[in-house]
Amino acid sequence: MTIFSLVLYVLAGILVCILYYHISNFLLDFFAKKDSKDSSIRAVIFIAPAFIVLVIFILYPVFETIRLSFFDKFDREFVGINNYIWAVNDPEFRRCILNNLGWLLIVPTLSTFFGLVIANLADRIWWGTIAKSIIFMPMAISFVGAGVIWKFVYDYRGPGDQQIGFLNAIIVSFGLDPQAWITIPIWNNLFLMAIMIWIQTGLAMIIFSAALRGVPKEMLEAARIDGAGELKIFTSIIIPYLQQTILVIWTIITIVVLKIFDIIVAMTNGQWQTEVLANLMFDWMFRGGGDSGRGSVFAIVIMVAVIPIMVLNIYRHKQEQKI
Amino acid sequence: MRKNLLSSIIAQLILLVFVIIWIIPTFGLFVSSFRDKDLLAVSGWWTSLTTTQVNEIHRTLNKDAQIQENNIYMIKANIFDIDKGKKITSFGITSKNINQFLIEEKATLKDGSELTVSENGEYIWKSQIPFKNKKGKRIFITASSPPNFTLENYKEVLFKEGVGQAFLNTLTVAIPSTIIPLIICSFFAYALSWMRFFGRDTLLAVIIASLVVPLQMSLIPLLSIYNDIGALFNVSSKSYPGVWMAHTGFGLASTTFLLRNFIKSLPHEMIEAARVDGATHYDIFTKIILPLSIPAFASIFILQFLWVWNDLLVGLVFLDQVPSEIIITAKLRELLGSRGENWEILTTGAFVSMTVPLAIFFLLQKYFIRGLVAGSVKG
Repeated sequence: MTIFSLVLYVLAGILVCILYYHISNFLLDFFAKKDSKDSSIRAVIFIAPAFIVLVIFILYPVFETIRLSFFDKFDREFVGINNYIWAVNDPEFRRCILNNLGWLLIVPTLSTFFGLVIANLADRIWWGTIAKSIIFMPMAISFVGAGVIWKFVYDYRGPGDQQIGFLNAIIVSFGLDPQAWITIPIWNNLFLMAIMIWIQTGLAMIIFSAALRGVPKEMLEAARIDGAGELKIFTSIIIPYLQQTILVIWTIITIVVLKIFDIIVAMTNGQWQTEVLANLMFDWMFRGGGDSGRGSVFAIVIMVAVIPIMVLNIYRHKQEQKI
Repeated sequence: MRKNLLSSIIAQLILLVFVIIWIIPTFGLFVSSFRDKDLLAVSGWWTSLTTTQVNEIHRTLNKDAQIQENNIYMIKANIFDIDKGKKITSFGITSKNINQFLIEEKATLKDGSELTVSENGEYIWKSQIPFKNKKGKRIFITASSPPNFTLENYKEVLFKEGVGQAFLNTLTVAIPSTIIPLIICSFFAYALSWMRFFGRDTLLAVIIASLVVPLQMSLIPLLSIYNDIGALFNVSSKSYPGVWMAHTGFGLASTTFLLRNFIKSLPHEMIEAARVDGATHYDIFTKIILPLSIPAFASIFILQFLWVWNDLLVGLVFLDQVPSEIIITAKLRELLGSRGENWEILTTGAFVSMTVPLAIFFLLQKYFIRGLVAGSVKG
């Protein structure tokens, strides 16, 4: 397709959308009686498109996925909870659960911790704004892009060859053997997690940075006069004060991590025991012609894991709105 | 005082370490994307400002290029197609001994012909009898190459590897996938905030409940709906409008939620006064609410746009992986598989994919941050 036809395509799509609202409201104004100008018809006009999309893309699929999880591969025969039983006994699934748990324990914790430390340091240093910009930048790029960046860092050449991956170059300069980092089972998960931490630390830092401004200055000064060191202030004033924010950030990052997909696909495609739930689900959508029953089971597992954390997050958001 | 100075220095050092660790991977990618591909393959990007030792294999010309001078047959040319300033130190004629001869040294071949190579790549191959070789003779060289930066990788990636087309495809996906939800959700959010209708609170509760649904829950049923529609009209089930609608659906709950929170917070006296004056809801929406909502729109626009631009999963499921539809993240994934060792292509492709997010990041950081902080509810 040429640029011209792409532009036309895009404009047409957007125009249809705008015209719908404009014409339907115009028609309503034209035909409706003056006194009943804002009848419930207008509410329908306003709501209908979003509502239809909501039903088709979210509500119906949720129930359909739940239903499909009780049916066989081709959605022909009711199989009860057989898909679930199969999943529990599936070694791949178990490994995914373990990997996901690892991600859940390590990534949110370290991202939150680094974010807090950096926000705290950067606010007191004259070049802190630039530092924050640099730390925050990975947040803008895609997981796949980040995957390429880090795959290059982890690149491996045989011993004796010139290493072009930064990590191996460092290792070799210390006289150690180069490693094919992303192919070493179990440890490779840590190298993939590092990518996510690299991305999410920026988000944690930005939110902490805003929250830190709320820490009362008098309290910090009083502590300094009493002779408390910076470390002491950090652990006994700042951390307790930011408890709520820490929880918020932890939940946000946890939700992202639970659905992690792109990084694994880009880096290992699930090889070398790095699969996670979202990958397994994607896999089963197409594996062997696609298995809607098993795929649905994995989708439901992800949803069940996300719900409690998301509820906490929304609750927090509503609280914030009230203040 | 001294204690303060010390702690300040320690603080700066720690921060510096973080900054260096954070910037190095991206910086390495950026530098590499401009390096000559032959150099990139044999040396780390941190050496890109120094001279690099390279080993290469070249071929001489074949018999068609020979000339005759004083009963001696000669093939004369330069090994390098383009002069990149490489300086040859030694060469060889068999793969077993690639450093057999120094430059200007005479290498005698099996058939008695003689080959010499100069520092700048020029070679002379002399023989008493006419050359009969159809293919050129292989020459192995060891050369030192000066730093070499080029835009060649970008040319190759954008036009030959199809990343340029993927970039346009991604724009085609991302722009409507951002604007359409913004339009329909703003009307929806307005109705949820200021219009009275049956079941409004229930609807709001449904929206909030939808926030918890990960998009994985929708993929399988949607894929089968798309396939059914495709089969019904005998068209491909994967298309741009299809992916626009999918992104609209997945972004709907969070966009509506955020916009509603904003629209609801606008002063209600203003809206009531307009109502008393006889304005319809449509007038109020277009003439009062929209202009006031621009900053909120900007944040949500950026958030959704980046989300779509950086998405891989939806693009993989709802678009065909063909040149005219593949999005840039899917293209990168494909290149990671097929061109895994060609770092000049991967680094450049990744950097091309990052240009748009980085531009938004540096130009609109304020809105970006606001959107991200507010948008943490996306499911």
